[in-house]
Amino acid sequence: MPVILEFEKSIYELEEKINQLREFSRTNKVDMAQSVVELEARIEETKKRVFSSLTPFQRVQLARHPDRPFPRDYINRLFTDFIELHGDRRFSDDHAIIGGFAKFDGKPVMVIGSQKGRNLKENVKCHFGCANPEGYRKALRLMKMADKAGVPVVSLIDTPGAYPGIGGEERHVAEAIAVNLLEMFNLRVPVVCIVTGEGGSGGALGIGVGNRVMIMENAYYSVITPEGCAAILWRDPAATPQAAASLRLTSSDLLKLKVVDGIIPEPLGGAHRDIEAAAKQLGEILRQQIDELSKLSPEKLREQRYDRFRAIGVFSEEKPAGAKAAKSAKAKKK
Amino acid sequence: MTLFKKHETTIAPPSTKKEIPAGLWLKCKGCDAVLYRTKLEENLQVCPQCGHHYPMTAGERIALLTDADSFKEIDADLVSVDALKFADGKTYPEKLASSRKKSGLKDAAVTGTATLDNKAYALGVMDFRFLGASMGSVVGEKITRLTELATAKKLPLVIVTASGGARMYEGMLSLMQMAKTSAALARHNEKGLPYIVIMTHPTTAGVMASFATLGDVHLAEPGALIGFAGPRVIKQTTQAILPPGFQTSEFCLEKGIVDRIIPRSDLRRELSLFLDYFAGAVK
Repeated sequence: MPVILEFEKSIYELEEKINQLREFSRTNKVDMAQSVVELEARIEETKKRVFSSLTPFQRVQLARHPDRPFPRDYINRLFTDFIELHGDRRFSDDHAIIGGFAKFDGKPVMVIGSQKGRNLKENVKCHFGCANPEGYRKALRLMKMADKAGVPVVSLIDTPGAYPGIGGEERHVAEAIAVNLLEMFNLRVPVVCIVTGEGGSGGALGIGVGNRVMIMENAYYSVITPEGCAAILWRDPAATPQAAASLRLTSSDLLKLKVVDGIIPEPLGGAHRDIEAAAKQLGEILRQQIDELSKLSPEKLREQRYDRFRAIGVFSEEKPAGAKAAKSAKAKKK
Repeated sequence: MTLFKKHETTIAPPSTKKEIPAGLWLKCKGCDAVLYRTKLEENLQVCPQCGHHYPMTAGERIALLTDADSFKEIDADLVSVDALKFADGKTYPEKLASSRKKSGLKDAAVTGTATLDNKAYALGVMDFRFLGASMGSVVGEKITRLTELATAKKLPLVIVTASGGARMYEGMLSLMQMAKTSAALARHNEKGLPYIVIMTHPTTAGVMASFATLGDVHLAEPGALIGFAGPRVIKQTTQAILPPGFQTSEFCLEKGIVDRIIPRSDLRRELSLFLDYFAGAVK
């Protein structure tokens, strides 16, 4: 049974009707082709209507959809000869972040991905896609290996955030993330990051410093979960949709803020309704990005990555000479 | 959902405790002793009875760590902008305005160059009074510019951290400051220049997972809260019982997260010593 979100219901109902119609026409040998065609058109129309007016929180729900393709689903479809590598060489192998050498279009890359589980057993193993310090340290080890091998890094991000636990604090998860941020700026190979589902704050950024940061249409990337934000600022869980809207966490908002460089379109109805089509779209964009970046020299790649992140931020710079007019100061978008 | 349920409010019985006039006196959070505020200020905001460290303002901190009149502020005119048009009843600009009024600062970080015992260095100080010293675009930009300046002028970098984390009102713009500041530190480090972090109460979340934890030397003030995830979040998510003293400076020392815990009275002397020891790196 697929998980059906509230706003998906009308679509599933129509699809159910079509199935019934087809079944009826088959068993009773009645030609219902015309009705089926009409219904199909209605489905398309409904999908377009529903998906053209999604609220930010509905997108968050899509990004978290249990049937949504996870990084490993994309890896299986888009890469060949994937050789998974394990462990941080210090403590353990964190299943919340996977990675290894693979071929994309026959050319070698290092692919890193956060990984959620499809069932409870898997989720216990990968703690719902929330990485511990070991995950970030494994990812960095693999990225440095890519740097040595001179192959591009592809980072597929889908995590609610870093795992908040006693062990993670003791083994200094903050350091693991911070060191990744710093070291990713030193990589001399192309780095393409793609948020495929949830971009959960520092936990996502810990494998998210790229020459290009792309996002899938219905993915989100946020400094805090809308639930967390609603609890802190509104002190009311009912404010979650409002928090989701305020945080500007959707793909189109993030493109405007220049936090991401591009949006990867998803099939109508969301990536979970047609994984093959979603993977194809992701593959095309990835190809473009790798091709473009492969033309740059190692030094240029580092410089471009620095400049890309250096430019993010919105503030104004008041003139010192008694200029108190904060509000008239023009917002400087650097 | 019951997790976030509001508790019913009950009317508290009138307090039998003697009221302490606000302003002049305060009751120590550490030992309940009644402290004369002036005495506390003279003692670097440290309780003379129990040694509890109270937050310092950016100005007090700069005075503590620099030669008199040597601090030259940079980028004093950067101010935050409500880029997201964030709304939660009280708007972001109003909150900025009240923080400015309360602290006399334009944002949560003050940066500049200074000398300590005639040794030049770059200093950044965060002030918790300004929106919990959360990191938005301005804090990120100031720390980045300071680091770039230190790199260009071959100066040791010292940052006194305190932060509740990222500034939610700036959404992803604030998260990206983690990457921006780390990028600048990568270049500072590449030049072989020293970076000293002084962690004060509280240093957490996005600041902890970026520039606060990328130093060569990590010093902490006693009793500070230092960690990534909030204790409440950890408790809720894992249902674990947190060990006593979890995420304090003392816990961090035991776990190898900080080099030393330094009482405030020794901080100036120790920082000066570190600048001596690193003198070879900045020649």
